[in-house]
This record gives sequence, C-alpha cells and structure tokens, in this order.
Amino acid sequence: MSLDLVLLAALMGVATYPSRAVPMLAPGIERLPPPVLEYLRLVAPAVLAALAAVYTMVVIGPDGQPEFHVGVEWLAVALCLAVVWWRRNLFLGLAAAVALTATARAVGLV
Amino acid sequence: MRGLPPAASMTHETTATDAAVTLEASRRRLIVDGLGIVASAIGFGLVYGLSAREAGFSIVEAVAMSVLVFAGAAQFAAVGAVAQGVGWPAIVLLTAFLNARHLLYSAALAPWVARTGRPTRSAMAYVLTDEAFALSIAHFRRIGRFDLRGYWYAAIVTTFIPWNLATIGGVVLGGAIADPGTIGLDVVFPAAMAGLAVGLATGRREIVAAAAGAAIAVLVSLAWAPSGGIIVGGLVGPLLAMLVPGGPMRLMSPAPLGVASGLASTTAGVVEEPEASGRDPDIGVAP
Repeated sequence: MSLDLVLLAALMGVATYPSRAVPMLAPGIERLPPPVLEYLRLVAPAVLAALAAVYTMVVIGPDGQPEFHVGVEWLAVALCLAVVWWRRNLFLGLAAAVALTATARAVGLV
Repeated sequence: MRGLPPAASMTHETTATDAAVTLEASRRRLIVDGLGIVASAIGFGLVYGLSAREAGFSIVEAVAMSVLVFAGAAQFAAVGAVAQGVGWPAIVLLTAFLNARHLLYSAALAPWVARTGRPTRSAMAYVLTDEAFALSIAHFRRIGRFDLRGYWYAAIVTTFIPWNLATIGGVVLGGAIADPGTIGLDVVFPAAMAGLAVGLATGRREIVAAAAGAAIAVLVSLAWAPSGGIIVGGLVGPLLAMLVPGGPMRLMSPAPLGVASGLASTTAGVVEEPEASGRDPDIGVAP
C-alpha cells in the first residue's frame, strides 16, 4: 500500500492550519477597537452569503474557466431561504431544496 | 399581520421573548440544523473517496488527506492535481489559496473564543470549516455567548466524523456510489450557507453585508476564481455595510442586537461591556 501522499497531505495541512488558527490565537483580539469588532461581526453574513451565491451561480466550464450558471439550484436555494424565513427551521429548508432539485432532475427539467 | 410570514410580523415583544432562547433550545436547533450538513458531508465524502481511489490514492493516503487537511475543495483539487502529475509545491500553494477564506472565519470567531484556553483554541482551529463556522456562529449569536460543546458538535459531529467515514466508504465501495447530484445533495451546501446567512441578517448592516458580499463574490469569481471571489466578497461586503447606519431591523433575530451579535453593541453602534454570565465552564461570554 502506497503511503507517499501522506507526506503531501501533511504539507497541505501545514499550509491550511495558519489561516484557521492565527486570528483565533492572536493575543488581544478582544481589545480590538469597536469598529474592527463591528467589522468582524459583519464578516459572517457576508462570507456565508458569498459562499451560497458562488456555489449556486458559478460553475467551472469545460475550458476550466468560471462561468455564470442559471439552473434549478437557484430555485432550490430560494425555496430553502423562504422555508427558513417562514418556519425558522434550516433542516426543513434543506429538505425542501433537495426534494425540489431531485424532482426537477428526475423529470429531466435540468 | 395576516398574510405576512411569522418572522416578518415580529414585534419587539416577540423579539424580547425570543431573547430568552436557552442554551438547550439553541443546542437542539443546532443538532437539527446539522443533520442536513451531515447528509452533505457523507455524500461528498463518498465522492471524494471514490475520486481519490480513481486517482490512485491508497486508502491510507485518502484518509490522511481527510484527517490532516479536512477541507473538501482543497482535497478535490489535490486529487485532480495529483492525477495530472502536478508538482507538490504547486499543490501546497493551491491549498493555501483555496483555504485562505478560513482567515475570515477564524477572525470572526476570535472575539467569541478570546477567553478560552490557547490549547482549546488551537484544537478548535484544526477543525474549522465552512460548515463548522456557519453552524457555530449562528448558535453563538442565538445564545449570545460562546459554547464549546456546540462548537465541537458543529465541527466534529456534523462534519469531521461523517467526512472521514465517508472517505473510507468512498475508497472501499468505489464505483457502487451514485452521484450525490442525482438526488439533489449538491444543493445542500449552498442552501445551508444561505439559510444560516438569513439567520444572521438581523439588521440593515448585516443585510447589506450579505447582499454586497454575495454580489461581489460572484463578480470576482467570474472575473478571477471562485475561491478568490469568496474571500473578496467576505472582506469587502462588511466594509460596505459599515457605511450604512446601523438599525434595529431584526426580522430573524433571536435576541436583542447587543446580545445576539455577540459584541454587546447598542443600536447606535457603540460597543459596551457585556454582562457576565454562564456557569458552564465550556460557555464563555462574548467580549
């Protein structure tokens, strides 16, 4: 059994860990000026919305370039948002999104 | 109020009632919210394991990557790069770039965990992912404080364990695995991120940050690369939001702004000292 790539995995882990740890371990983070704390508070909604939008609207095309994508995923995410807003239940929203997507694909809509 | 969604028809009284969201109630919600993430982690962990096997990884190598890197996008990229014979330095650099967005998550979590011991924070950082960040920060904001057990649930139970078990399953089962997209599992991740963002959109600034972050991320992704777009959207969205006056437009807030935000701010944006509370040693008060 090959183990060569375990070293690569370790190097990738070493490359990843600082981005995960440095801000969290930085001393005095709780003494940052209020505007900086306010900025950090706003990072969460911004980055989660960015992740959702990019994973819904951008795909990598056959030529390896990012392409704008329109598909049932838009409806699925919108349905999830509506359910979460209405019922305040993420799991229900995810179930609705998955059901919509699976149905649309099963009947060949997308 | 008839015809409006319950959340939209909230009054200050109902918001104040929701402020009494207990730790246990929030943990229950965290568990339920995490179930969708578990399904997604299993689906894509299986596909990752299969991809690794087809690229020539042994089961130990595939699992080592899931344990040591624990970042789906970087792992899929590495599998493709290894299969194409790309050199290790380039793969490591690509990994650092793809995972640079974790800087934002770590920075956003930092004020919540500032009073937690350094060894614990070091371990928390190791399992910080998109999903762990999204689930845990929503949980912290609901209860207005840090909750270590909630974090471990979000990071380990919903993601680390399913991802690693599914990696093994993917390598072992091989071609018997169906594409998660055929049953719609590929929409779980963006839908979960969007749903959790809605839960955090408790005021004008949060809404502007989310809308601007999403729009900028898509534009930059199309012009450059998706990973870069997410980072730029996450960095610039909050800056634009800070140009907007803060306001108490709490459509989904489970707690008054100062508590829910975790940063004890008033509606005027002035940060005050938080009220100390929490007897559970695993539960800290947000700074």
